[in-house]
Amino acid sequence: MKKTYKIEVDCANCANLMEETTKKVAGVAGATVNFMTQKMSVEFAEGADPKAVMQAVLKACKKVEPDCEIEL
Amino acid sequence: MNRKQKKMFIRICIAIVMLVLVNIVKKINPFGLDGVAYLVVYGILYAAIYVEIGYDILRKAFKGIINRRPFDECFLMAFATIGAYAIAIYERTGDYNEAIAVLLFYQIGEFFQSYAVGKSRKNISELMDIRPDYANVEVDGQLEQVDPDEVEIGTIITVQPGEKVPIDGIVTEGSSSLNTSALTGESVPREVREGDEIISGCINMTGVLRIQTTKEFGESTVSKILELVENASSRKSKSEEFISKFARVYTPAVVYSALALAILPPVFRMLILGQPAMWSNWIYRALTFLVISCPCALVISIPLSFFAGIGGASHEGILIKGSNYLETLSQAKTVVFDKTGTLTQGVFEVTGVHDNTMEEEKLIEYAALVECFSSHPISKSLQKAYGKEIDRNRVSDIEEISGHGVCGKVDGHQVAAGNIKLMRKLNIQCNDCDSTGTIIHIAVDGTYAGHVVISDVVKPNSKQAIAQLKNSGVEKTVMLTGDAKRVAEKVASELGVDEVHSELLPADKVSQVERLLSEKGSEKDKLVFVGDGINDAPVLTRADIGIAMGAMGSDAAIEAADVVLMDDDPLKIAKAIRISRKCIGIVYQNIAIALVIKFGCLILGAFGIANMWAAIFADVGVMIIAVLNAIRALMVKNL
Repeated sequence: MKKTYKIEVDCANCANLMEETTKKVAGVAGATVNFMTQKMSVEFAEGADPKAVMQAVLKACKKVEPDCEIEL
Repeated sequence: MNRKQKKMFIRICIAIVMLVLVNIVKKINPFGLDGVAYLVVYGILYAAIYVEIGYDILRKAFKGIINRRPFDECFLMAFATIGAYAIAIYERTGDYNEAIAVLLFYQIGEFFQSYAVGKSRKNISELMDIRPDYANVEVDGQLEQVDPDEVEIGTIITVQPGEKVPIDGIVTEGSSSLNTSALTGESVPREVREGDEIISGCINMTGVLRIQTTKEFGESTVSKILELVENASSRKSKSEEFISKFARVYTPAVVYSALALAILPPVFRMLILGQPAMWSNWIYRALTFLVISCPCALVISIPLSFFAGIGGASHEGILIKGSNYLETLSQAKTVVFDKTGTLTQGVFEVTGVHDNTMEEEKLIEYAALVECFSSHPISKSLQKAYGKEIDRNRVSDIEEISGHGVCGKVDGHQVAAGNIKLMRKLNIQCNDCDSTGTIIHIAVDGTYAGHVVISDVVKPNSKQAIAQLKNSGVEKTVMLTGDAKRVAEKVASELGVDEVHSELLPADKVSQVERLLSEKGSEKDKLVFVGDGINDAPVLTRADIGIAMGAMGSDAAIEAADVVLMDDDPLKIAKAIRISRKCIGIVYQNIAIALVIKFGCLILGAFGIANMWAAIFADVGVMIIAVLNAIRALMVKNL
């Protein structure tokens, strides 16, 4: 399953860091962060609960880039 | 400017004013401070400016420490500036300007980046401003504006002059001209009447139209296009991936070399050369390294260039489905065309009447009437050339001779229309014709009356398109067609195509493309296939890049191709290649500028030639240059 979320991030490298981090979260099969359109699309692993996974993603992203936002 | 940017702008202004004031006061030194008092008072004043401009960086740096991220940008900046501050105190120079300037310029750079990126994002979205906000639906005799998403298939919607067509459909009432420039880049308006199909995203210019919708909003052309363009920059190119990998290595590498620079040379000087260590000098050089270590200039300029290139192209009616395709397109060396519908109009037309013994109109009238019971495309084009309503009562005794033609009675005259074999069979003297296309010989009452030539018409721009492709560096052009050899070769030589393969079945086209792919010189030379999207989906997917043209409203083509041309002008192919070349050129320039300046400053910094001012230029200056350069990719109108 694939879902797209609106994000807020200020710098391009931070967007790359968020992408890296998101890919490592359990339950995430793949992720792309598009800095230009400020969107993040997440491919969830089979059987994963998107809501719970996204909470973990947000927490992990806040760690690498404290100023980022993900609209859940 | 948004709220965040405004706040930053004010902070930057305050910091500049404070910095100037404090510097003036320090120069005049009105209270005659000296010694320790001088250092402490001005140290505190400067610290106030430092905190004003950099408190958010300090906060983020602190968070970076807590989250154990030693290569966090803010942490590095904070470390470098506090270090420079400490050295100024330690050496009692009283020169704190440098540390503050680094932070100030860093903030100006960030501000500029956020402003420029926001601005270009807005510009690009304006170029693609085709999203309709509402649809007019009649409820109890009154027009009501509703969300296009809520309109069901088959609803009648009304589009007033000046409004956008929100959903695909069929015109049931009214006629008007449509401005399709937002979709196709074509400025000539398109006329629509009752019964015509209409595509969402066009702007209705003159008359009121009532439209019966045939699709949901989400399935309509406008939604498809927006989705496609917005997702395009998510498909990352090789250069983008290279840079994000590079950034991951770059920062740690520079930070470790800074560490080495701070420790090794002084130790070396002390232990081996027996000279004074000059710790503060080497630490200062290491701190300049930290300022240069931020990879942002590199990282921002590349997606921005691609985004601008894709946005500019879509404004010209060229939809590129991803940054990776833009990159591949720029390496196009071979272009393979489908003939019918791509280089030619794909409609058969009467292109000549020869050897006629009666008036042209009369001859075509006879031919059209005698062929009127056939559903063959030839008979349709004859009827089209005749142009009037066919009165079938004038025709009788129709006899179709398969492989030859048709005989019958028209207005009492015995008419035969068909190929040369039919004429020979009827013992009628006639000349073969050397025009390409299908020849219909006509005999009336047993005497030869002339022949009609029917052929596919070459598009007016095709020849120029091939010439332009050659000029933009395409080495080989190939035409594939299912048509007869004679027709194909005539068209090919007329257009100047290098290679032509005729009488191919759809499967043969795939194998031809595979052969061309294997014949290519190197991996870097890419093969482009251009088709009209109808029944050439397998070839479109097989080629390195598939371009579908004339795709307005054709879902299958949008699905199968990597690049979609909204109208069917072949000149757009060369244009698409030129746009991609320009965009990639800008990407490479940006990478080169950033790397040369950054590494140049690192080397000069290591030898103590470049100070922190140079370092801040290597960081912020390079980013500003790269962003401005990236925005050039948007300007593709006159390319």
